[in-house]
Amino acid sequence: MTMTFAGAIGIFLAGVLTLAIFSFLYKDNPVYKFAEHLFVGTSAGYWFIYNVYNIFVPNVLVAWREAGGFADYFNVALPVLLGFFMLMRLIPSVSWISRWAMAFSVGMTVGFNTITELQTNILQQIGATLSPFASLHFNNGGLVASVNAIIILLAVLAALVYFFFSKEHTGGYGHIAKVGIWVLMITFGASFGYTVMARISLLIGRVQFLQTDWWVAIKHIIGLG
Amino acid sequence: MSFLEKLDRLDRRIIFLIIGIAVFVPLLFRVPIKVVQSPIVQDIYEGIEALPEGSMVLLSFDYDPSTLAELQPMSEAVIKHCILKKHRMVFMGLWPQGPKLAQGIMETVAPQYDLQYGVDYVNLGYKTGGMVVISSLGSAITDPFPTDMNGVSLRNLPIFDNVKTLRDFDYVVSMSAGDPGIKHWVMIAKDRFKVPVGGGVTAVSAPAFYAYYNSGQLEGLMGGLRGAAEYETLIDTPGTASYGMSAQNWAHLMIILFIIIGNTTMLILKRKKEKSRVR
Repeated sequence: MTMTFAGAIGIFLAGVLTLAIFSFLYKDNPVYKFAEHLFVGTSAGYWFIYNVYNIFVPNVLVAWREAGGFADYFNVALPVLLGFFMLMRLIPSVSWISRWAMAFSVGMTVGFNTITELQTNILQQIGATLSPFASLHFNNGGLVASVNAIIILLAVLAALVYFFFSKEHTGGYGHIAKVGIWVLMITFGASFGYTVMARISLLIGRVQFLQTDWWVAIKHIIGLG
Repeated sequence: MSFLEKLDRLDRRIIFLIIGIAVFVPLLFRVPIKVVQSPIVQDIYEGIEALPEGSMVLLSFDYDPSTLAELQPMSEAVIKHCILKKHRMVFMGLWPQGPKLAQGIMETVAPQYDLQYGVDYVNLGYKTGGMVVISSLGSAITDPFPTDMNGVSLRNLPIFDNVKTLRDFDYVVSMSAGDPGIKHWVMIAKDRFKVPVGGGVTAVSAPAFYAYYNSGQLEGLMGGLRGAAEYETLIDTPGTASYGMSAQNWAHLMIILFIIIGNTTMLILKRKKEKSRVR
């Protein structure tokens, strides 16, 4: 794709603002503060306009204009009304009206999610944890899979025991709960490792941007690209 | 002050500088690294590879520019794979900026492979609602998306001639940075409508999705930059992720080194203090 002069200026500014944000690593300074405030302000403005044109206009204005019958008008009017109710929180004397919208939202979400969550995150997961035991064998290469299935089941049970607080964590029960803590620690460790990778990836992304896009934009502006 | 004490009180800015150099220098030389494929990434590759030519693949861009560094290379790799296999692609997003990111890739890739909009690929745009949108795709695609992102009716787009609901897709790929995202595709598309679901997630959230892969609810998964690099290696097209892995390796090496130095120094100084207290 060819780069326009205006595009190059935009990318150049993005690079400068990236460096301004990175300057915080040295110490807090006015350049960083300026970039931070600019980011917060432009983000708020951008998201407001984005939501107006991508949510309000197509789902309310266009939908109302193209509505062909009572059901269509109702489908537009009800969410708008509930949204209006939600804003009533801003007026203390009638803020109770917002509870209707909240109740609808919570009720609908619970109704929609309960069965699906149960199916996907509980029943299927229990099935996946237990199903290897139907074909457990320790010969013909089945040793690793079988040991793995046993470890997973024991780890799941130990972690569940840790979260069962109706019985004091003492004696043998306490030892199992301690194993549960180890299971949780290993899980958090894996997550932490991945988190480090994610943060470094973001830094890599910014450095790649500075090395490629930003550099190309600079060359374009000074007439070398 | 002894050397160990100086090390113990090392200015954090020196650590930032070393990490910065460890990332910057490998990227400067752009050395792609061929990473070893893990089964979880191999499976999503094989799932798309096994589809017959002309299959319908739904790609949901459920992320925004804040996670671009990790997820965009995955999206580019999967899109290239779909193009090479001559699959038809439908883009959409459960996050507002997702479809724009898909559009950005296609503006570069479509002319290269001579792809025709409306025939080879289409972009439906964004729809608010998360899981409800996926659910209504199961009834009719036109329910949540009567038009594409340019306002063209789906009836006028040939790609949808024989595709009416979510069940008509052969594969769903969700590139996901959070909620709504791949979890909801698994819950609705896979568990309710039995459409194979694979995708990519940020490294932070990757461990949480291994359970879905192990249970067979997820066909395959790319986790973070490494997942993207693995996929790039599989399609033999090194991109930003493969180049980035070299920097990733050096940065991780430095972090491990700092953890070892920091803990060793702390333990030695602690022991020294205890000894001097006993005396």
